[in-house]
Amino acid sequence: MIQAVGKADATSHGPVPSATEAREVRVRVLRQDAPGEESYWERFTVPYEANMNVISVLQRIAARSQSQDGRRVAPVAWDCACLEEVCGSCAMVINGRVRMACSSLVDNLLKESPGEIELRPMTKFPVVRDLSVDRGRVFRSLQRVKAWVPVDDSYDHGSGPRISPEEQEDAYPLTTCISCGCCMEACPQFNKIELVKRDDETDEAFEARKREAYDKQFLGPHAISQAVLFNGHPTGSMNADERMQALTSQGGIQMCGNAQNCVAVCPKRIPLTRSIARAGRAATVWAIKKFFDR
Amino acid sequence: MAQPRILVIGGGLAGLSATMRLAELGVQVDLVSLVPVKRSHSVCAQGGINSVNAVTRQQGDNEWKHFDDTVYGGDFLQHQPPVKEMAEWAPRIIDLMDRLGVPFNRTPEGFRDQRRFGGTLYKRTAFAGATTGQQLLYALDEQVRRWEVEGRVKKWEFWDFLEPVVDADGRCVGAVCQDMVTMKFRAFPADAVVLASGGCGLLYGRSTMSTICTGSAVSRAYQAGVKYGNAEFIQVHPTAVPGADKLRLMSESARGEGGRVWVPRTPQDPRKPKDIPANERYYFLEERYPQYGNLVPRDIATREIFDICTTDGLSVEQDRLCVYLDLTHIPRETLDRKLGGILEIYEKFQGVDPRDEPMKIFPAVHYSMGGLWVDYEKSETGGLVEGSPRNQQTNIPGLYAIGECDYQYHGANRLGANSLLSCIFSGLFCASGVLAGSRRDGNDTSRLFSTAVKRQEDRHQAILSRTGGESNPYDIHNRLGDIMTRAATVVRRNDQLTQAYEEVGQLEQLWQQCSLSDTGNWTNQNVVFCKAVGDMFPIAKLILKGALQRDECRGAHFKPDFAMPGIAATDPAEQRAEAERWCDRFEANTRKWLKSTIGTHGDDGEPVISYEDIDTTLIPPRPRLYGLVGGEVIEQVWKERQAAADAGPVAVGATS
Repeated sequence: MIQAVGKADATSHGPVPSATEAREVRVRVLRQDAPGEESYWERFTVPYEANMNVISVLQRIAARSQSQDGRRVAPVAWDCACLEEVCGSCAMVINGRVRMACSSLVDNLLKESPGEIELRPMTKFPVVRDLSVDRGRVFRSLQRVKAWVPVDDSYDHGSGPRISPEEQEDAYPLTTCISCGCCMEACPQFNKIELVKRDDETDEAFEARKREAYDKQFLGPHAISQAVLFNGHPTGSMNADERMQALTSQGGIQMCGNAQNCVAVCPKRIPLTRSIARAGRAATVWAIKKFFDR
Repeated sequence: MAQPRILVIGGGLAGLSATMRLAELGVQVDLVSLVPVKRSHSVCAQGGINSVNAVTRQQGDNEWKHFDDTVYGGDFLQHQPPVKEMAEWAPRIIDLMDRLGVPFNRTPEGFRDQRRFGGTLYKRTAFAGATTGQQLLYALDEQVRRWEVEGRVKKWEFWDFLEPVVDADGRCVGAVCQDMVTMKFRAFPADAVVLASGGCGLLYGRSTMSTICTGSAVSRAYQAGVKYGNAEFIQVHPTAVPGADKLRLMSESARGEGGRVWVPRTPQDPRKPKDIPANERYYFLEERYPQYGNLVPRDIATREIFDICTTDGLSVEQDRLCVYLDLTHIPRETLDRKLGGILEIYEKFQGVDPRDEPMKIFPAVHYSMGGLWVDYEKSETGGLVEGSPRNQQTNIPGLYAIGECDYQYHGANRLGANSLLSCIFSGLFCASGVLAGSRRDGNDTSRLFSTAVKRQEDRHQAILSRTGGESNPYDIHNRLGDIMTRAATVVRRNDQLTQAYEEVGQLEQLWQQCSLSDTGNWTNQNVVFCKAVGDMFPIAKLILKGALQRDECRGAHFKPDFAMPGIAATDPAEQRAEAERWCDRFEANTRKWLKSTIGTHGDDGEPVISYEDIDTTLIPPRPRLYGLVGGEVIEQVWKERQAAADAGPVAVGATS
């Protein structure tokens, strides 16, 4: 009834058409069974459907679980949730460019690279399996810059501060960051950190060791932008100094080499370089102030 | 005494607000989620969040009217005290979210702006562009991250809730969950468990929901003995964009900002929409519902769009069902400022700019009004007693349910922009009661947990070691989605429901034999999904059986065989007589069916249905007359009857 929405849908649940009946989409996926294992390419073919995106390609691959040469293989692992580019789960490297699988339409990808679509996991995060990577570092960076408004508590104290429409419109794009990690993937200053859990190590100790390693390295563009967002909020600015401390410490804003790749790949078109420029100016002012306050 | 330790399952708006408040109360919280909590399905909510506000208050609005709109919109199928309490909390909740930094749209003077949503005549809805759910979720995610740094909250992301653990006294003492990366099982002893696991839209195959909304956690609680209320009430959202992998939501706010729904009067008019002159366009919602127009409640808009395409044959396209949702008369700048987020989704996924060309939309499964049965303690003023351990508690003591996964707030139909409110409200409000009801008696529960872990390991291994099955869980899921979508969405007929129930039973048998293409023990998404599909069957059966037995029309549950059409007569006296009969029938139907459907998991795995009376002591049920032909005559008769009843039961008693 509700699913009766045309030919594309009729094929999606019906029998698989033979190669002569319908076009096919060919895909090659860089797979890896687990951390520390060798990666390998595997090719798949799925029937073409109108308006198909990379998610529906991966769904068809999972349902068939068969490689192009007819071997029965495990479904490709990947992360997804909302399928409308707002949860940030499905970032991967598609045809050599990091982007969201849900909003990557097959028609456009085939125009870019006729014949075959290439899917690889992000390279700056440790592979968990296949296209699924561990992006814990994305969220650790948000902790480092204290990306929150430091309210007293969640009880009623009346409304928040008055904010002009201009301020709201300035802040709003920054609040749409989905923590996908695309900006970190594209950044030449952001390097992969992959640690291996030791046999004698507890989960907690391993997590602590990872945090320690992350904290010595670059925060990434998204966290700088979040620091700018909260420093610009009337209440958030009350702990601006702590954020400035984080931004000017090891792995802070000085790591940025101004390659501007981040803003080019951001799926939400967040003005990351504007945030970085603002943070840079604020860091300079803050350093001078700190110098004279000594 | 050791600090209490509470387990929260799910990190959407409800789970995060409960976690934040519990942490603030000094509780140690374990927060379990299928995905990093920032990626929870609440991010998909678009339009806004309702509350009475300074402006509407001066236009005659108040908390009682918000409460009244909610129960009237929900066709009176909800206990009224929790709804009253929620409406009263709403202004404080918006204030709180404002303080947490949610970038609500602003008026030129710097106040929060509001828009109008369906089922009300007031502009009650605060919004942040068209990504309000995302913004609210992020604000709570940030606060919980702050508590995580403080060491008060421990997140368990990429973990799957498998079962609540219940002791010999019938009290929930924790849960068993599985790490979806390492596939290891773990016992989580807790002084209370709060389920905030969201909706179950995935059992319809494709819906507006995220792929994580399988309903598996709720089903596992139900199978462990928690009652389930009003399963058959599933909201089908009027406006979504059909896609092969998902039906993407097109927010009600598009209509709230002036969007108009229409079809060409000529079936499948081949002209471009902007070449069709106004007099050849059928703005069917505006014509049929002059008062609410495009903002009738969702169940009504959905049926109208469905009917115009199926019964009237006026679908825009020949080979697929859709109508126009038109924003092209609104200035681009306004659209970008107020609806940018959703218009970009349409543009990205359809390749068409909705600022230039009307969108093509059709209804899609969107929200579950039903859910786990929960209790409440009524206060003297008709609201709730804050801090009562009964609030949001299921029939298993120590096990709570909040957010979309409870059945409490929306009755037979949810009003737009009320879900974000009910999620945050139930999360915040329940915390003090959960803490008061938590029990730390120090009993040794280790055997209970080792037995439960063993049971889950065995189930897991049994699924992994199945061989030779012809079908796979993805196919079975598609087939389940087709059956459910056909039988249990907009229009429901008893023969189809009976048949669907049988088919679901057969499919469940097939699932028992389906085998996996991945039998490994590392990040095996295949087995996690297979288990989730298996757990869809009990809920699917509940929905179908509840719908089959409920021979009436109420909110989202529409059975044409039991519909109560409007007044056909034109002569005033006949109209009056017809309205009297209509009201008689309405009263009889109310006595019979104004009851919550309560499902319990029978020993044979089939649902056992009973009915629960509803507390309607605050607002007496009345006919829901949006746009009904002759509605004004019915309303007149109804008011006279109410007045007579209010005049005193003595008079009635004396004449009878």
